[in-house]
Amino acid sequence: MTMQPNRAERVSAPTGSVEFDADVLVLGGGPAGTWAAVSAAERGARVVLADKGFCGTSGATAAAGTGVWYVDPNPALRDAAMANREKLGGHLQDRRWMARVLDRTYEQSNRLAEWGYPYPVDDSGKSQRNSLQGPEYMRLMRKRTKQAGVTILDHSPALELLADDEGAVAGASGIRRQKDDRWTVRAKAVVIATGGCAFLSKTLGSNVLTGDGYLMAAEVGAEFSSMEFSNPYAISAAFGSVTKTLFYGWASFTHEDGSIVPGAASKGGRSAIARALLQGPVYARLDKADDAVQRQMRMSQPNFFLPFDRTGIDPFRDRFPVTLRLEGTVRGTGGLRIVDDSCATSVPGLYAAGDAATRELICGGFTGGGSHNAAWAMSSGTWAGQGAADYARQLGAIGRRKPSPAGTIAFRNRPQRAFAPAALAKAIQTEVFPYELNYFREASRLQGALARLDAAWRDVSEADAASSADLLRAREGAAMLATARWMYRSALTRQESRGMHRRDDFPDQDDRQRHYVTTGGLDEVWTSVRPHAEAAYAEAAE
Amino acid sequence: MIEVVDAASCTSCDICVNVCPTNVFDKTDGIPVIARQSDCQTCFLCELYCPEDALYVSPFADEAQAIDLIALRKADAMGSYRRAIGWTDDTRERRGDDRSYLLFGH
Repeated sequence: MTMQPNRAERVSAPTGSVEFDADVLVLGGGPAGTWAAVSAAERGARVVLADKGFCGTSGATAAAGTGVWYVDPNPALRDAAMANREKLGGHLQDRRWMARVLDRTYEQSNRLAEWGYPYPVDDSGKSQRNSLQGPEYMRLMRKRTKQAGVTILDHSPALELLADDEGAVAGASGIRRQKDDRWTVRAKAVVIATGGCAFLSKTLGSNVLTGDGYLMAAEVGAEFSSMEFSNPYAISAAFGSVTKTLFYGWASFTHEDGSIVPGAASKGGRSAIARALLQGPVYARLDKADDAVQRQMRMSQPNFFLPFDRTGIDPFRDRFPVTLRLEGTVRGTGGLRIVDDSCATSVPGLYAAGDAATRELICGGFTGGGSHNAAWAMSSGTWAGQGAADYARQLGAIGRRKPSPAGTIAFRNRPQRAFAPAALAKAIQTEVFPYELNYFREASRLQGALARLDAAWRDVSEADAASSADLLRAREGAAMLATARWMYRSALTRQESRGMHRRDDFPDQDDRQRHYVTTGGLDEVWTSVRPHAEAAYAEAAE
Repeated sequence: MIEVVDAASCTSCDICVNVCPTNVFDKTDGIPVIARQSDCQTCFLCELYCPEDALYVSPFADEAQAIDLIALRKADAMGSYRRAIGWTDDTRERRGDDRSYLLFGH
C-alpha cells in the first residue's frame, strides 16, 4: 500500500520570516525526533521537524556508536534483561515500561533492517541488532523522515513555544540561522525531542544539547523528574572529544608516577578516577585487550581511534592522559516528566521523547552505555509522535485559537544591563563541571552552588533582550542555568545515595526514599516527591 | 577541531556548511570558510560527509593545532575516517563490520 503523505502547509508570512501550518511539530532531529516525526506522519499528521543543527548529524547519537537494548522476545531473556540493571538504577524502574520498551525497540530495530540498515551478520549467520553506528543510523533516519513527507527545517533552532489562551501548546518559533530570518510553526501538538543538557562539555556530539527544550517547556509550566540523576561523566583522552566508555573496560589507569590508581575502572570504578583527577593527571592504557579484541574494537568503532591515530599514540601500548567529561542529562536519566503511555507531559499538547524526557521508567537513577538510551529514544519517539498525532486529530479545526509566544528570558526589554551569554556559560560550567560539586555531592557545597546559580538567574532575569546575533546563545545559557538549578535542587531533596546520585553526607541508599523527585519552576525552583508505583503498593499492603 | 578546507580538492559543494551540526562553516563565493572554529565540537561528521576528502578535523577538542596539509595528504590522513567507516566506494563492505556484539558484556 502506498499512502500519499500529508504535508505541512507553508503559509504567507511577513518579510524576514517563514510560517507553516502543521498538525505536529517535532523539535529536535536526533533518533527520538526522527522516530517521532515518522510515527506522527504514519498516522496521517502533517509534520514539521525543526533541528538546531542538521537532522542527520545533530546530537549525541549521530557522532557515536551506540548499543541498543535489543533482546529477542524470549520471556527468560527479557526477564533477565529487565532484572539486570534494577539494582544499579536504585530500583526506580517500572517493569511495565521496561517490557513495552523492549517490545517496541525490537519492532523498530527490525524495521531499520527492512529499511536497509547494514546490521552485521555473525559467524552463525545471525543478524546482530544490538548496536548501531551513529552516522549510518541517522543518515537513514533523515532519509526515512523525508520519505514520510515531513518538512525538515535544518539549522533552525526553536527559541520559544506558542501557547493558546487556555495554556495548551500551539506551536513554536525560532530562527533560521543560515538564512538570518525567523520561522514560526503553528501546530496542534509539539514533541520536545531536543535531547538532554551536557553544558557544552564537548562530550562527543553533545554541544548542541544545552537543554533548550527544557527551558521552553518550563515556560509553559511543564514539570521535570529525576533531575538529580544528572551527573554521569564519560572517559575521554584528555585532549579529545571521543568518549567511548565501553572500550575503557580493557584499560589500566595509572597516576603520573606510573602507579596503579586503586579501584579505578570504567565500570564500577569511575569515581576512583574522578578522585585521582582531583589530585593530578590520570593515564590510561588499553593493555587488557588481546589481539582479537583490538581488531574487533577497530572494526566496531573507527572514530574511537581517530584521536590516537592522529597523534601517533598506540592506545594499547602507550599510556595517555584521560579526563572525565560531564554528560549531564544526556546520559543522566532526568528530564521532562511523562504522565501517560503516549509520552504526554503535564502540559496539554506537549509531548516529550528521548533524552529530553525522563528515562527513569526504564533506567531508574542510572544508565551505563547507550543501550537503554537508544531503546528509549526509539520507543518514546514512536509513542510521542503517535500521541501527538492522535491529540491533533482529536483537536480538529483550530481556526479560532490565538497562540501567543511563551518565551521569557532574553526576550524581555529591561534596560538595566546587557545580556552576556559567553560569560554566563562559563559561570554555569564552573558550578556543574567540578567533581567535588557534582560527582561527589554534599549539602553545603550544593547550597553554595545553588546560591550562585540563583543569583545568576536573577541577573539574567533583569537583563535586556538579547540582540538577534546573541539570541540563540542567550537562550542556551538560560536553559543551562535553569537545568543546573533543577539538578541541584533535586540533588538536595534526595538525602541519600542512589543510582548515579551520590551524597558524601548520605552515603547509603535509604529504603524510605524509593520515590521520584519532581521539580520545576523558573524564578522559584520547587521540588516534591512522588511515590514509586511498587513502593506505594507495598505500603498499601502493609 | 576542524583545521582546514583543502582548497586544492574542495569543489565548493557546500555540503559541510549544511551538515555541520554546530554551524562552523560559512558559504562564500569560492570555497567555504571555517568561520567559527571555536564552536567546533570535534565530532568529525563534516569529514565523513565531504565527498572530496578536503576536510581535516584535528582530534584536539579544546585548542587549535597547526597542521601540515602536505604531510597529511602523504600520510593518507585526508578521508581516513570516511574510508574506515565504509563511506567510500572502495570500502563499502565495512559498513556492516560492527563487531560490538562481541564486545558487550565485558
